[in-house]
Amino acid sequence: MSYRHAIGTRAYVFEDMRTLLAKATPIRSGDQLAGLAAESAEESVAARMALADVPLTTFLNEMVVPYEEDEVTRLIMDSHDAAAFKPIASQTVGSFRDWLLSEEATTERLAAIAPGVTPEMAAAVSKLMRNQDLIAVARRCSVVTRFRNTIGLPGTMAVRLQPNHPADDLRGIAASIADGLAYGCGDAVIGINPVSDNMQVLADLLKMLDELISRLAIPTQGCVLTHVTSSVELINRGVPVDLVFQSVAGTEAANKSFGIDLAVLREGFEAGRALKRGTVGNNVMYFETGQGSALSAGAHHDVDQQTLEARAYAVCRAFEPLLVNTVVGFIGPEYLYDGKQIVRAGLEDHFCGKLMGVPLGCDICYTNHAEADQDDMDTLLTLLGAAGVNYIMGIPGADDVMLNYQSTSFHDQLYIREVLGLKRAPEFEAWLAAQGITGAGGRLIAPGQALQLLGPLAEIAQ
Amino acid sequence: MISDEAWRRLSELTPARIALGRTGSGLPTTEAMKFALAHAQARDAVHTPLDPAQLAAGLDDLGLAHLMVSSSAVSRHSYLLRPDLGRRLDASGRQAVSARRPTGGVDIALVIADGLSARAAHAHAIGMTAALIPYIQKNAWSLGPVAVVTQGRVAIGDEIGALLGARLALVMIGERPGLSSPDSLGLYLTFAPEPGRTDGERNCLSNIHGAGMSLEEAAFKAAWLMREAFSRRLTGVSLKDESGIFLPDGRGIDRPALPPSA
Repeated sequence: MSYRHAIGTRAYVFEDMRTLLAKATPIRSGDQLAGLAAESAEESVAARMALADVPLTTFLNEMVVPYEEDEVTRLIMDSHDAAAFKPIASQTVGSFRDWLLSEEATTERLAAIAPGVTPEMAAAVSKLMRNQDLIAVARRCSVVTRFRNTIGLPGTMAVRLQPNHPADDLRGIAASIADGLAYGCGDAVIGINPVSDNMQVLADLLKMLDELISRLAIPTQGCVLTHVTSSVELINRGVPVDLVFQSVAGTEAANKSFGIDLAVLREGFEAGRALKRGTVGNNVMYFETGQGSALSAGAHHDVDQQTLEARAYAVCRAFEPLLVNTVVGFIGPEYLYDGKQIVRAGLEDHFCGKLMGVPLGCDICYTNHAEADQDDMDTLLTLLGAAGVNYIMGIPGADDVMLNYQSTSFHDQLYIREVLGLKRAPEFEAWLAAQGITGAGGRLIAPGQALQLLGPLAEIAQ
Repeated sequence: MISDEAWRRLSELTPARIALGRTGSGLPTTEAMKFALAHAQARDAVHTPLDPAQLAAGLDDLGLAHLMVSSSAVSRHSYLLRPDLGRRLDASGRQAVSARRPTGGVDIALVIADGLSARAAHAHAIGMTAALIPYIQKNAWSLGPVAVVTQGRVAIGDEIGALLGARLALVMIGERPGLSSPDSLGLYLTFAPEPGRTDGERNCLSNIHGAGMSLEEAAFKAAWLMREAFSRRLTGVSLKDESGIFLPDGRGIDRPALPPSA
């Protein structure tokens, strides 16, 4: 069905829901690349005004990607929780925004409606929201997950320690892990992006993480971010796998371009669960996403990239993940042109994920071909810290020497803890204190002293 | 101090920016300035144009036939904002490649493209090609003319491979410049190349540069993948790199990172 809104004497007509959603999206290069963006600033606001009047129930009847053609749409529709949806069932997108910002929308009520919120609803309401709205509502959403520690508690923020090395060198990776631990990083996960997809190399990396975590008794989890089918194969070979990783997107065709479908993810999920390696919980999946991936694979069905990103969270939600993060500025300027677009996208992604009950973290990042720099990352880090992001990345000096992009550093996480008073995952915080890596008030001791406390890691330097 | 010495030794194990020190939660000024300089240099690397003549000379030295073509992206700005244009040859490029199609096709279409770092192509593409030649000869694989592409993306190898009637496309391309590696080369293999192939249908070796994967190791792995690709008639996620298991000198295998347990 078509949607319309008149401004003065001009009537704007939007032929279907996906057109309406696309035109209502704040301008970004990826939608322009796809030929979906609004053609004028006024048209974009007209679309938002029309969208504000759309009842939420419309999203249960009009699919942006056809049900028959796409298993992600089928997942969204078939798993929709009508009882959870009931309290908001009579709302329009506009009145939903008003409700979300009101005092009525408590943490408990937001958690209760989450299984009734489809990605399209979340995306639609986000398009009517300013950055401060996205922060204010996300801050009230709490999504807590557990494996060997507890991530997402209010007042906390975890950090993925990302010790990548351009040749997967085990000692080089261990050196970065030592530095990160001395900075109090690694409670979300110690997660390595391998250069190689060689099974022997992957197995060696996993064995090293397992040995390190168990010898130092660190209440955290390790992950080698390789294809889900490789993780399953490694599990079959008896290699110690804590978290099963996969990049996911919001359409069946985009997922196919990653070499996966829901059945493959299910296989990874079950293989990871069966190992029962978690101690305080059994959230075993780690997913990464990012606006623009579907278009990049020519699998976007003429849907805007932000709506598709929210649909990726529906894929994640089905597998009770420990960690989900948007890698917001990684994809490049053809999808998010500059710092302004990256900041906006990071806040939208975090909001949509949290509203849907997904434990969103963010890789706050940019590439050297985008119009962005570390100042933009400081801005987004500060905003996401205020919004209650579950975790961010900790990379030595913010410079990933393997993936060739810049993210947030060990120093950056200290900055945001200091400014906003954010604690680490409680089990990890207690471990740091017990080791003596943190002293009074959770403050870090000098790095030299910290290294002495890291046993096997200190020995590498001998 | 003993501890400073220990961190210095650790920092020699990785090009990552570890052991930087801190002032409060911030970076010391020297490190902040080093970072700013590295970012400036990486930004500049993105905008350095490809020098096809330099690559042509290198290919001549190796005795390889070649042709110089451009994608449909007419400028760096259009390349950055329109990836679709970087994946397609322009009209004259299409004509030039078609004209060089050998009768009966070839085994491998070799493509060198600037990608996001012409510096990487300048620094490593000729060396990479030279390292591959012994494997190509040993396996008696036939090679089409090497296509050197300005403003090219990975998928342009699909079109070039198809036009040359190649069984496999091997694309060497400048990766997005990192702060510490403005000249990192990526190598992409696609069996039965044709426009429309997805990334899941390719195998990739990345981080080929001074501090990353060596040319020799990349050539060894690429040759292993190509042999498997030809025998199994596919590339992509179903073809896992198991080459390391067969590495003759055991490099990269079973090196303990941690000292043995006491």
